[in-house]
Amino acid sequence: MARGLPDLSVHDTFPKLLLHHAAARGQQPAWREKDFGIWQTWTWNQVADEVRAFALGLKALGFQRGDRLAIVGDNRPHLYWAMLAAQSLGGVPVPMYQDAVANEMRFVLSHAEVRFAVVEDQEQTDKLIEIKNDCLTLEHVIYSDPRGLRNYTQPFLTSYAKVQELGRDEAAGFFEDSIAQGKQDDLSVILYTSGTTGQSKGVMLTFWNVMMSAKGAVEFDHLTANEEVMAYLPMAWVGDHIYSFGESLVAGFCVACPESSNTVMHDLRELGPTFFFAPPRIFENLLTQVMIRMEDASSIKRGMFHYFMDVAKRCGAAILDGRPVGFGDRLLYALGRVFVYGPLLNVLGFSRIRLAHTAGEAIGPDIFRFYRSLGVNIKQIYGSTEASVFITIQPNGQVKDDTVGVPVPGVELKMTDNGEVLFRSPGAFLAYFKNDEGTRSTKTDEGWVHTGDAGFLDDDGHLKIIDRAKDVGKLNTGGMFAPKYIENKLKFFPFIKEAVAYGDQQDYVACFINIDIEAVGNWAERRGLAYSGYTDLACKSEVYGLLTDCVNKVNQDLADDPHLFESQIKRFLILHKELDADDGELTRTRKVRRGFIAEKYAELISALYSDKTHCAIEAQVTFEDGRKGTIKADLRIQESERYQPMKKAG
Amino acid sequence: MSGSSHSKVIGDVILKCDNISLSFGGVRALTNISIDVREHEVLAIIGPNGAGKSSMLNVINGVYHPQQGTVTYRGETRRAMKPHETAQHGIARTFQNIALFKGMSVLDNIMTGRYTKMKRNFLWQALYVGPNLKEEIEHREVCERVIDFLQIENIRKTPVGRLPYGLQKRVELGRALAAEPQLLLLDEPMAGMNVEEKEDMCRFILDVNDEFGTTIVLIEHDMGVVMAISDRVAVLDYGKKIADGPPEEVRANKDVIDAYLGVAH
Repeated sequence: MARGLPDLSVHDTFPKLLLHHAAARGQQPAWREKDFGIWQTWTWNQVADEVRAFALGLKALGFQRGDRLAIVGDNRPHLYWAMLAAQSLGGVPVPMYQDAVANEMRFVLSHAEVRFAVVEDQEQTDKLIEIKNDCLTLEHVIYSDPRGLRNYTQPFLTSYAKVQELGRDEAAGFFEDSIAQGKQDDLSVILYTSGTTGQSKGVMLTFWNVMMSAKGAVEFDHLTANEEVMAYLPMAWVGDHIYSFGESLVAGFCVACPESSNTVMHDLRELGPTFFFAPPRIFENLLTQVMIRMEDASSIKRGMFHYFMDVAKRCGAAILDGRPVGFGDRLLYALGRVFVYGPLLNVLGFSRIRLAHTAGEAIGPDIFRFYRSLGVNIKQIYGSTEASVFITIQPNGQVKDDTVGVPVPGVELKMTDNGEVLFRSPGAFLAYFKNDEGTRSTKTDEGWVHTGDAGFLDDDGHLKIIDRAKDVGKLNTGGMFAPKYIENKLKFFPFIKEAVAYGDQQDYVACFINIDIEAVGNWAERRGLAYSGYTDLACKSEVYGLLTDCVNKVNQDLADDPHLFESQIKRFLILHKELDADDGELTRTRKVRRGFIAEKYAELISALYSDKTHCAIEAQVTFEDGRKGTIKADLRIQESERYQPMKKAG
Repeated sequence: MSGSSHSKVIGDVILKCDNISLSFGGVRALTNISIDVREHEVLAIIGPNGAGKSSMLNVINGVYHPQQGTVTYRGETRRAMKPHETAQHGIARTFQNIALFKGMSVLDNIMTGRYTKMKRNFLWQALYVGPNLKEEIEHREVCERVIDFLQIENIRKTPVGRLPYGLQKRVELGRALAAEPQLLLLDEPMAGMNVEEKEDMCRFILDVNDEFGTTIVLIEHDMGVVMAISDRVAVLDYGKKIADGPPEEVRANKDVIDAYLGVAH
């Protein structure tokens, strides 16, 4: 019961925790949502009532123990409550990616044999109507926002409010009895992986898995019931499920949902969360925006910004970690807080932030240092869906740029001979849904789970991840080739949005680059460089010049690394279109699908490994409404500088 | 676009223009035109440039006073409407060339749409206390519903001048909607928009008509749009009405084809 956490051996399912919080802190805020321009708040009591009504309504519609309930939509309190309602009845929620096209949803709905689906609005309803006939088990679609659905007459459609109305007429007692039947080893959720590595798999997590993992993290970072957190990442992602749902119910803190996906940054600023979880991309975007705006600021502001950022770079992280810092620097840092850091944090929505986590991809060291130097205690964590997120977290005061921290209490680690990381923990998943073969190849009989990542423990016992185990390759010259490592270095530059490096079994490293249209567009505007769109801008020789400088700097950096100096980039090209999940080039969590891209752009790769200086390409693009079109371009291939290694390995 | 079956009921005539004639000096803008508008319908007025479409809207709206003819709105017959009266009676409009306050935020612009509904004068409104506070909150709520409806939450506080053209048009529609009109007059709501913006705008117009039952009179040049969203089409040419009927019928009308495509004399 440390720090007032509920006893999880008694309250061993989420619905039980909900009832516990309703009794213990009934009047405290549990959920917020910005609607009609105002933050609407629900207390734990109100949430328990809403969940009860919806659960009983589901029961009235015929929901049985063990049934699966799909959830499709942006982060909305009503959708999280639907999860709790399903769990209350002994059912299993299956949150799905809301931006998936109908076809992608068909697989999950059929595979999980979903009977009930709760969707946010007309957009999602239309998708389900489209595939309803192919999903034989789907019986009911329940929509939360009735807008535009007035004239829909399909008999399987019901509104969320209507279901709750049905539930309010049901007899009392059933809800509580049904919750009491739940056990910690029951299945609590099935999360479908985004499919970075082929067909997505349904990861089955028990209440025990999710609760132990959430509890471990809550205790590790001393989270309390007073945190304020924003839920804005896809509900289907394990990160959101643990941070917004699991941890909130374990610790009893309030979670807020933004008004829409377009207003996240705005809402973040209004809310001022105390604990913030974001993939590196978000931190990068925020930093890029700050830098762009500073370029446009008046010279006095710009001067002040750069001066105090230098001060912060020198001593900010040390002050945050409680290391000794000279009086002069402390004084300057305090001044900087008044004039620059404070207002900047306020703009970013980080005024009240106590803790930030990042995971999913490696974060550029400079981005990471930028936030830490401002006093934001941002830490990297390492985890996976199969682990209910947490494997390692960086401990306070021992935060390094290039490691992901130490194992969370209860987690054991070991490495295979080829460097793959294995873990065993209370959060380790039960099995993949209807995929025994997949389960066997990932989870051993002793409970060790393969992560697929290559890494090692450093001298301080911190885990360092280099790349996906299967992606680490060798150059023909014998040097090690870790593509993600190089790509991450490139992506640190605000001008580069995405990069894909090739080099395994080749003579040298070559790569594709995607420019960041906002940053490069702004750069071009300030130089009076006219362009008509992405493709045109990406082909400009001035832009090639700009990016050559970036690549050269990465090469300089790589030259310093005893293991990776041979991975310096020799040739690169700028892609004529943005890599996009709709074209299958990225996963829904925006990870690069290397194999697919290599196949799709085989011509370009062979051009990179020839002495051609140009390559014509025609690529198919899929528009948001599903129509297809083609983009043609003649891409230039650029040579970059390669540097002498500073020190040799060994 | 949707799996809906359209099930609206078009009601009685709410606005009746009888034998309207309007001229500016020697130029005859409208000659003896009669048009009815029925409750809950979407009526499109089309015609070549200079046919008198905007003049017709301006007559309904009370900006122009016709030399002949009468306008009957909800049983009350007038020689000419007056702009402030029409606004108070639930007629709102948007303009061909955007007429927003460029320096003001989206929210403030939409709030101006509530002006006719505000009970207290501007000196009272300057005070943010007591009954004024309550009134302001009520008006703000209506505006927020409009913002939610038009999905412009992310630009609520952005000055209108900084928005792209398509969004400005949407804000202008928002201001008209804030007045909670029964009859909405739209003067070329889709002029100058790209395909995606047009599709959005069509969706909003249909939704307004569907959700609130608002009667809509619109002027539009894009025939694809007109045929897709209107219940009835009236065609003007050189100030005269040459056709009036359902879209399919008007499309096949020989006079209309001649007026639009030109004919050898």
